[in-house]
Amino acid sequence: MPEGMHVDYDGLIPNNVGLAQDLRVRKALETWHPGYIDWWKEMGPVGFQESLVYLRTAIGVDPTGWAVFDYVKMPEYKWGILLAPKVEGRKIPFGRHKGEPAWQEVPGEYRAMLRRLIVVQGDTEPASVEQQRHLGATAPSLYDLRNLFQVNVEEGRHLWQMVYLLQKYFGADGREEAEALLERRSGDADRPRILGAFNEATPDWLSFFMFTFFTDRDGKMQLEALAQSGFDPLSRSCRFMLTEEAHHMFVGATGVQRILQRTVSAMNEAGIEDPYDVEAVRRLGVIDLPVIQKKLNLHFSLTLDLFGNEISTNAANAFEAGLKGRYREDKLTDDHQLHNATYPVLRCVSGRIVEEQVPALSALNMRLRDDYVREVEAGVARWNQVIAKGNINFKLKLPHVAFNRAIGEFSTIHVDPDGNILDDAAWAARKSEFLPSSDDGAYIADLMKPMFERGRYAGWIAPPRVGIDNKPGDFEYVRIV
Amino acid sequence: MDAVAAPQAIDFRTEPARYKHWRIELRDNVAYLIMDVDPNGGLVPGYELKLNSYDLAVDIELHDAVQRLRFEHPEVGAVVLQSGKDNVFSAGANIRMLGQSSHGHKVNFCKFTNETRLAIEDATENSGQTYLCAVNGPAAGGGYELALTAAHIMLIDDRRSSVSLPETPLLAVLPGTGGLTRLTDKRRVRRDLADVFCTTEEGVRGKKAVAWRLVDEAIPPSAWAETVAKRAREAAARSDRPRDEKGITLTRLERREEPHQLHYRYLSVVCEPEKHRATITLRTPTEALPASLEEAVARGDRFWPLALAREFDDAILHLRFNAPELGLWVLRTEGDPAAVLAHDAFLEAHKSHWLMREIRLFLKRVLKRLDVTSRSLIALIEPGSCFAGSLAELAFAADRSVMFAGQRAGDNRSPATLTLGPANFGCYPMGNGLTRLATRFYGEPESLTRAEAAIGQALEADAASELGLVTFAFDEADWDDEIRIMLEERASFSPDALTGMEANLRFAGPETMETRIFGRLTAWQNWIFQRPNAAGAEGALGRYGSGIKPDFDYNRV
Repeated sequence: MPEGMHVDYDGLIPNNVGLAQDLRVRKALETWHPGYIDWWKEMGPVGFQESLVYLRTAIGVDPTGWAVFDYVKMPEYKWGILLAPKVEGRKIPFGRHKGEPAWQEVPGEYRAMLRRLIVVQGDTEPASVEQQRHLGATAPSLYDLRNLFQVNVEEGRHLWQMVYLLQKYFGADGREEAEALLERRSGDADRPRILGAFNEATPDWLSFFMFTFFTDRDGKMQLEALAQSGFDPLSRSCRFMLTEEAHHMFVGATGVQRILQRTVSAMNEAGIEDPYDVEAVRRLGVIDLPVIQKKLNLHFSLTLDLFGNEISTNAANAFEAGLKGRYREDKLTDDHQLHNATYPVLRCVSGRIVEEQVPALSALNMRLRDDYVREVEAGVARWNQVIAKGNINFKLKLPHVAFNRAIGEFSTIHVDPDGNILDDAAWAARKSEFLPSSDDGAYIADLMKPMFERGRYAGWIAPPRVGIDNKPGDFEYVRIV
Repeated sequence: MDAVAAPQAIDFRTEPARYKHWRIELRDNVAYLIMDVDPNGGLVPGYELKLNSYDLAVDIELHDAVQRLRFEHPEVGAVVLQSGKDNVFSAGANIRMLGQSSHGHKVNFCKFTNETRLAIEDATENSGQTYLCAVNGPAAGGGYELALTAAHIMLIDDRRSSVSLPETPLLAVLPGTGGLTRLTDKRRVRRDLADVFCTTEEGVRGKKAVAWRLVDEAIPPSAWAETVAKRAREAAARSDRPRDEKGITLTRLERREEPHQLHYRYLSVVCEPEKHRATITLRTPTEALPASLEEAVARGDRFWPLALAREFDDAILHLRFNAPELGLWVLRTEGDPAAVLAHDAFLEAHKSHWLMREIRLFLKRVLKRLDVTSRSLIALIEPGSCFAGSLAELAFAADRSVMFAGQRAGDNRSPATLTLGPANFGCYPMGNGLTRLATRFYGEPESLTRAEAAIGQALEADAASELGLVTFAFDEADWDDEIRIMLEERASFSPDALTGMEANLRFAGPETMETRIFGRLTAWQNWIFQRPNAAGAEGALGRYGSGIKPDFDYNRV
């Protein structure tokens, strides 16, 4: 059995990292644990803490059977630390140390950079839980409520993974950072989360689905890049986290799909053909396609900001150091060092959008973003199939990458979703065509009424095709207390 | 190349209407000096000034703004340095700019930047215009060094913003504008904590920054704007500047450029590139002494001491940046010594008036700029000259001064004189805190006393020589040859050795924060800037941003 396959389930913290023998780290984690539980109770889902939720819990790292489903009270969820099994003889796959044995300890010269990468990644995990904490009250079904909580507890568990790395490998600084992860609060003016998109509100379920589709997919890309890391514990940690992350994106992709399904069906039933007859569609109590497009515009553009600056020294440094690779680095066939390579990047030069060839090392953020955009394009195409099947003449479309940006080259200009540059006045006048207006928000908020009856769904969303863990349609995913 | 009229000469003259990188907002007797660098507004192409990083173009505007706030705004009692960008205060000097600049430009740039930062501290200390810094985002390197010039540093405590000096870990250089020195000497940061701070690329945030005395207070975002405004109003309330007086306008400095010549109203520069020489002549006023303070104020920037100070400042900067090959500056004066002394006395009599105070402080700074200029300075005291009082400081700033003894045949002007005044004994100290005469007579206090006793006497060459006030005195028989030979010899030495030698000899006596900044720190920095670990093809500056790690030579020197 490779190292790391055995999971110790006996202690307070399930793990496959030998915590029982590692007194120093165990003590640090046990000291951190009460603060975490306090954070969960204060900032985790509002209500439902005593309810029994049909949750998936990771119990091992064997890809063929790593999880079990059962009813759990969320605060009693088995948050654990699970690293993918160690690959014997693993080498650093890229950068200046390519081919050297992967590090099992933090190299001193990269300590600060590595810690920063882990802290930034770690900060997003509790942030999304905080952003979504009010959604339980308006869940459109028990099925969706359970999915929300599944996402939440797994994000919480991912925080544990990152905190483990901080406490195990970064000494007193690491413990301090682990505490700080519990102190920052999404959207708080005085102690915000590190990244902008994680301080935005998730006001409704459409936002939640968009968030899990777009923003969690950025998380996936970042985890994929870190899974390539030459620092083996980080790589192993991220590889295992990715197995859970897939479900989060499934929730988003199918959530939006079910909303589209419901809207299209309702329009078909009512004989409405014009998707832009928003008033008529809204009279049906479903979410109109144009507002779905606007939400898409918002979440896509916010998420692009998470990829950072187009030309990034930090990304270059992290690659060169062997700490953060590219998406599927191990499948790429170039020299994995990129000293002489270039990469095309859209830039803003004198207020115009132009493509430039830049050194590939400096463009790593863009490379990851391009990989990301390809994935979400495929997802949007699947959504469009639902609309096409309903014979509605409407296509969802990703906005231009320069649209509505707060970070990077395009933060200084305004463009419409097609990439045409707008002056300040035109932007102000047309903004509500592109992004959800307060009226749109009010309409959606008005639809958000809870539906907690077994097997029933709110009127604006279709039921899923299959249940979680193959459960039947009227399965009681959450036993509300 | 025509050094004076070079087509791409760097021009230090600017005004708020031309600013690209700063803006000034005035409210409640406070000036908000807001840094909002235009990424495309660099001095030369080849780099983008992202994240409020700066180059000389940005610093020229800062220099102008600091100067104007003093002269044009007597009502402003406090100045708040802050960033106009969300989420960043300043990323410091632009690294790509440093990477592509010549060594000479880097050194000149750092020196000028240092001078501006000291001028900021001078405003707080002497001008009743207290600088505060509102660090509303990460302040790295030169960005934090700018903050360090403020008397009170406020850091936004948003769990993200930090102050840092990442030069050593990130760039293999030093914080070049006084950062290290101000940490220990001004902020009194403990040296081991300073060591940790200066090797931690990400810097220090919030309460820890306060505990280590890197900043004065950490303020949560919800209380930020209000606290900053409050601190500024409090500082302004402590000012002795007159709230109800009007400032003067610093109009655009007029200068006439001719081949190898530059002419201002009271100052001329004549360049002789083949001799590596520039001759700078300062002249006395054409207008009579103002009859009253009101008249002096009404003259504004035409008032002779101010006009001359502005012209001299501009000429020094112009020659430093645009004529590096002119390594020898000959300092001359022309006019009536009595006029100089009368103006000195006028400034002294009205020294508590805000504008007269500003003029004297400005003269002090210009003379200091001369002190730290890496050119050989030779003062020639000839018949018709006016080395008296404040202008006699030129002779004491010079590395050597030579005085003409007696008269020339056929020249009926009276012999050259040197006249000391009270101005030579206190109001224009050097960076070491001493007057130029006290520095000159560092080992012989009795000479200083004797000099003081000679205040007001028009000393001819023998007497001046006897008092040790000039280096040599030559009469007509020797003058032309001696001067020619001395200047030719001087111009023939290694410019580098001269720069080092002069900088060493000029600042005798005690070290101050200021002398440490210019001396110790810049010497190290300039050495590091030349070393392959920083500037080589595989060094940190060249590779910065490429992601490729520098290859260091690990031998200690």
